[in-house]
Amino acid sequence: MKRCVYINDDDLSHDIYCDNRISNRKYTVWNFLPKNLWEQFSRFMNQYFLLIACLQLWSLITPVNPASTWGPLILIFAVSATKEAWDDYNRYLSDKKANEKEVWAVRHGVKKHIQAQDIHVGNMVWLRENDEVPCDLVLIGTSDPQGLCYVETAALDGETDLKTRVIPSACMGIDFDLLHKVKGLIECPEPDKDIRRFDANLRLFPPFLDNDVCPITIKNTLLQSCYLRNTEWACGVAVYTGNETKLGMTRGVPEPKLTAVDAMIDKLTGAIFVFQLVVVMVLGVAGNIWKDTEARKLWYVEYPTKGPWYELLVIPLRFELLCSIMIPISIKVSLDLVKGLYAKFIDWDNKMVDQETSTPAHAANTAISEDLGQVEYILTDKTGTLTENQMIFKRCCISGTFYGNEIGDALKDEDLVNAVATRSPDVIHFLTVMAICNTVVPIQRQNGTILYKAQSQDEEALVHAAAGLHMVFVKKNGNVLDINFNASVIQYEVLDTLEFTSDRKRMSVVVKDCQSGKLFLLSKGADEAILPCASTGQQTRTFSEAVEQYSQLGLRTLCLAWRELEEDEYQEWSLMFKEANSALVDRDWRIAEVCQRLEHHLQILGVAAIEDRLQDGVPETIETLRKAGINFWMLTGDKQNTAIQIALSCNFVSPEPKGQLLLINGKTGDEVRQSLERVLLTMRITSSEPKDVAFVIDGWALEIALKHHHKAFMELALLSKTAICCRVTPSQKAQLVELLKSCEYRTLAIGDGGNDVRMIQQAHIGVGISGREGLQAARAADYSIGKFRFLKRLILVHGRYSYNRTAFLSQYSFYKSLLICFIQIFFSLISGVSGTSLFNSVSLMAYNVFYTSVPVLVNVLDKDLSERTVMQHPQILFYCQAGRLLNPSTFAGWFGRSLFHAIVVFVICIHSYAFEKSEMEELSMVVLSGCIWLQAFVVALETNSFTILQHLAIWGNLVAFYVINWIVSALPSSGMYTIMFRLCRQPSYWITMFLIVVAGMGPVLALKYFRYTYRPSKINILRQAERLGGPILSLGNIEPQSRAFEKEVSPLSISQPKSRSPVYEPLLSDSPNAIRRSFGPGAPFDFFQSQSRLSSSYARNCKDN
Amino acid sequence: MSSGEGSSQPSSKKSRQPKYSRFTQQELPACKPILTPGLVVTTFILVGVIFIPIGLLSLSASERVVEIVDRYDEDCIPSDQEKTAFIQSDKTNKTCVRSLTVPKKMQHPVYIYYQLDNFYQNHRRYVKSRSDKQLRNPENEDLTSPCEPEARVDNKPIVPCGLVAWSLFNDTYGFSVSGMNLSVNKKDIAWDSDKNYKFGSKVYPKNFQQGSLIGGGKLDEKIPLSEQEDLLVWMRTAALPSFRKLYGRIEQDLEANETITVVIQNNYNAYAFGGKKKLVLSTTTWIGGKNSFLGLGYITIGGLCLFIATTFIVMYLIKPRPYGDPSYLSWNRNPPGN
Repeated sequence: MKRCVYINDDDLSHDIYCDNRISNRKYTVWNFLPKNLWEQFSRFMNQYFLLIACLQLWSLITPVNPASTWGPLILIFAVSATKEAWDDYNRYLSDKKANEKEVWAVRHGVKKHIQAQDIHVGNMVWLRENDEVPCDLVLIGTSDPQGLCYVETAALDGETDLKTRVIPSACMGIDFDLLHKVKGLIECPEPDKDIRRFDANLRLFPPFLDNDVCPITIKNTLLQSCYLRNTEWACGVAVYTGNETKLGMTRGVPEPKLTAVDAMIDKLTGAIFVFQLVVVMVLGVAGNIWKDTEARKLWYVEYPTKGPWYELLVIPLRFELLCSIMIPISIKVSLDLVKGLYAKFIDWDNKMVDQETSTPAHAANTAISEDLGQVEYILTDKTGTLTENQMIFKRCCISGTFYGNEIGDALKDEDLVNAVATRSPDVIHFLTVMAICNTVVPIQRQNGTILYKAQSQDEEALVHAAAGLHMVFVKKNGNVLDINFNASVIQYEVLDTLEFTSDRKRMSVVVKDCQSGKLFLLSKGADEAILPCASTGQQTRTFSEAVEQYSQLGLRTLCLAWRELEEDEYQEWSLMFKEANSALVDRDWRIAEVCQRLEHHLQILGVAAIEDRLQDGVPETIETLRKAGINFWMLTGDKQNTAIQIALSCNFVSPEPKGQLLLINGKTGDEVRQSLERVLLTMRITSSEPKDVAFVIDGWALEIALKHHHKAFMELALLSKTAICCRVTPSQKAQLVELLKSCEYRTLAIGDGGNDVRMIQQAHIGVGISGREGLQAARAADYSIGKFRFLKRLILVHGRYSYNRTAFLSQYSFYKSLLICFIQIFFSLISGVSGTSLFNSVSLMAYNVFYTSVPVLVNVLDKDLSERTVMQHPQILFYCQAGRLLNPSTFAGWFGRSLFHAIVVFVICIHSYAFEKSEMEELSMVVLSGCIWLQAFVVALETNSFTILQHLAIWGNLVAFYVINWIVSALPSSGMYTIMFRLCRQPSYWITMFLIVVAGMGPVLALKYFRYTYRPSKINILRQAERLGGPILSLGNIEPQSRAFEKEVSPLSISQPKSRSPVYEPLLSDSPNAIRRSFGPGAPFDFFQSQSRLSSSYARNCKDN
Repeated sequence: MSSGEGSSQPSSKKSRQPKYSRFTQQELPACKPILTPGLVVTTFILVGVIFIPIGLLSLSASERVVEIVDRYDEDCIPSDQEKTAFIQSDKTNKTCVRSLTVPKKMQHPVYIYYQLDNFYQNHRRYVKSRSDKQLRNPENEDLTSPCEPEARVDNKPIVPCGLVAWSLFNDTYGFSVSGMNLSVNKKDIAWDSDKNYKFGSKVYPKNFQQGSLIGGGKLDEKIPLSEQEDLLVWMRTAALPSFRKLYGRIEQDLEANETITVVIQNNYNAYAFGGKKKLVLSTTTWIGGKNSFLGLGYITIGGLCLFIATTFIVMYLIKPRPYGDPSYLSWNRNPPGN
């Protein structure tokens, strides 16, 4: 399908395409209530509660007042609906702001101010510098005579550099005054979400130039939400508007995420529901039989001999209502509350504040904290996530001389500074290439400083470094570059730019020295792209050694070269270049070929080493999290070598002999298949050995593998704990997340740029680093943190505590509901199976909502192990990952406990309150207080750390129970007038309570002690050790001492190049002996390292079974 | 602790930073009790040591109670007649004389209870069938809707309505010791709260037991409900199918081996549903009536606690288990949880 856009035609296209109104809203005023209710009721629990509430309206069967269910139900719904409404209203407001923004657009041949929402397809829109692009435009004109303009696409793809956009050739040279009268036709594809592709063509109508079709690519477009920079004005034709823009198509309300814990709770709820149905059926049948055989003999009950047709249903339905409390309505409220608090704890955490930018961590999604504790795979971006994304020029090797090796910073190397001062020609040339062989745009700021806007961070680093060495790139006037060197201005004219492509791996510029008129070719690029072009006779060995040495340090290297050109050589080449540039077929290839003709016989000047510094604490964080049994995958758009280097330097893959890298490559399906099979074979063999095997795959091979060898790749994904995927696109990142999710793994995606957004949204948990590449990822993510190292705390502390707390809270909620429900069931057995409720409505509601909820809510402060211990023994996270604290068997324990406690309470109460004391109201209060006493002790026994708040809540709640009931008992109008006073005066009441507590808790305590001492879990042992402060803790004191020390030396903690072995060892090969790399601070970890692997493989086995 | 975080605290904190408090940082001082053998064993011993004396005390209190239980429903009916027909008939003579021997000296007050077994006062249909509003206030006499099926007779409201009141127990007892009448104090047998509040002093029985079906006892229409204490006692429904309700008090001591003659008007129909009727005379102590359950329970539980404590001590001695032993922490030797 094609879309035909008629430029500046006000009549034709209006009706066909939507206007530019953006809408992110989920609801409208009218559909809010039905739609929201529908959404809420799509959850099983809510349907259940509604059904129960409706049944309760039937007074014949309701055991208690319907208000006891309707009240909480309406409250719960009102709260969630209000939250939704508020969110939606905020979306509406932000949409409205965007929609009502004033823009200049051409209407009926006249430029007018209109609201952004009134832009239609085909309208011409004018933008000024720093304007946001309101919709997808095809450029028609700019203020630049060359037809260039710059845009910042951070909001779209997260890249903060300025991108060059150019007007289509057909529009070149149209006069400013005529621009808004341009007519023409753009044929473009239907809207899609590919932000890197736009294949369209343009034909201008006479009188503007020719009738030829002019091709348009993404380079000729301005996409919505980008910003126009460094360009006075630009204008374009709207091709996609409103929600049909490239951005609008990628947008979408992400699916609400459900945690594993929630899923488990839902599953358990389902099981309880089935149990409840069974109980109801059994009791219903029993009730009907009892009624027919016994109750008809009880004259005082006056059963009618003939009942209505639904008579048989009445008793089962009554029991259904009586048992409905089995599924606690309070669990949803309690969970929402504590989850909100977990999120707040993350927001509040002082230890996760990035001190540099003072950015606190933030939990945007409050509902999924438990999942953090259950993460099994972390998929991480590289640049900006593991690294600072701050390229710094660190070392260089100019004509065989190494600079910066001693102090780790070439800029401070006195030799280099002296060389600059003495104008050593090689060094000057080197600096010149650094300063001008690039596409950087310098911007003079008000205060005189210069801001460099660069497409690549490497170029920016080089320009900055050159400026640091007094070769300052000051100004770019069209093609003329001003270089300020030692107070003298040198001007160069850029004649041609031979752009960087990933195939060529180098870029060059042809410049003319404006003073001497000499022509130069300046090149920079990867070593393998530059060194072969060296002039014959030049010794490149020093340079390749330098490259090798630098890359062993994890530095990115660039080779710099130059050559003087002869005038006629250039002229001849220039013609070919122009021709190639205007080629319609195979343009890229032809340009590359032409460039090749110029880039030869280069004189290599030197090697520049740029460091993308690892963020603080990255290796430790990865080390710790891997010990916790979490597997890491690195997904990066960067190239293979860099990715592997970074992976090595941050503990991502272990160095030889413990680690092994397996490469999957190939350009064709067959090659990829073979390579994949080979790797799989190796994996299978080594999977039994305690060895870190990682595979490396690039985007191209990944594409093939995912498409054609999905099964094999899946197996590979299951086998390997570590993977490095280079050159992957955002959608491939998302695909990989999807792949791991389909294997039932809990995934966490962490990234910082717009290209990570899809993966972040796809994963179970998305973490965004609010970093240099803008806030886009952080906004899309569930959690945003300032630095990668906070991930450790986020997972090990917050995730783990959240999981533990929710596990207790949810099971406890079921326990207390089952307890009271079992008692009701027992009571109905002695009340003629007629469905009498032992408790009155008020007590039942208060029991569920108040008495038993408050003590357990302070459980959010519970810490089983101290943060310190967890950090030292990250393996303990295994208990969360494998779901050891909340699963059917632990739940069965709680179920059994509630049954046991119900029996204890019931039997003791009916025996001690027999005969003359068996008054209904009294017995009901005795039983209820028995339950309250027991639950207080249960909470106390299960609490691991008592803060003052816990004591207050647990014992205060017990006191509050009495106070409240005394107050209620003092009200003459209440059903239980004076009851509580009577009870509290009886010694037998108190004696009964203590008997219940001891009989109920004694066995529980004994069992717990037995398991704690003789079958201790690792958590128990650590708790004991923590208490004793014994040998484990000192033994486990394995954190590297101080970062500060390391920081000063070098972020890689290698001040001297360690392996200067002349033999070139391949960094990567299929052979097992691929990587050798000594690793300083890694050694003390050995004790735990081999062990963690097994435990995590055990976790996997558990999962598979 | 992850290093580096606490190392560089800038002197001036910006407002975006979370405020520091021990609560927000989850750093409230906490005590972390762990289950050491000492703690657990001490707890069990302590509980056992406290429980056994209390149990003995309760048991002895319960044993001090002198109780006479006499089941009379079977003996008070002519064996040759159909029981239900006999009890329902107006014309039969239902007087029945029983003699009870006092086993031990019973100190006053001696409480007189009637006990009904297999009587489901807790049946759902039954407990619901009353109107508390009507009982309280004469203006509410029309509020009889919960009282079905004993709500109205000839479309006039019944006061007190409902099955509970309708099935009022109506056996009566007269006591004498060696020809001397024993006066039975029927005052203050109901709860004060019922007399003063739940049942109105201006509510008089109306249309009670006027329907086609006669349930239990009748009420004097001249006495307000709040003074009909038998009704008040009856309407405190029992939670168990076996229950005792207070009939009255004998305000004098009964000597051991005295024979009490009881003249029973056996009116109440417990035969239709196979219920039992018993007359109970009982003294009381601080723990209430005769009920050895609590005492026995305490002794048993206390004994069990001591037993558990001993077991744990023995286990500790035989197989001491060092706490927090790193050898148990080996993450590789046995995978956790096994």
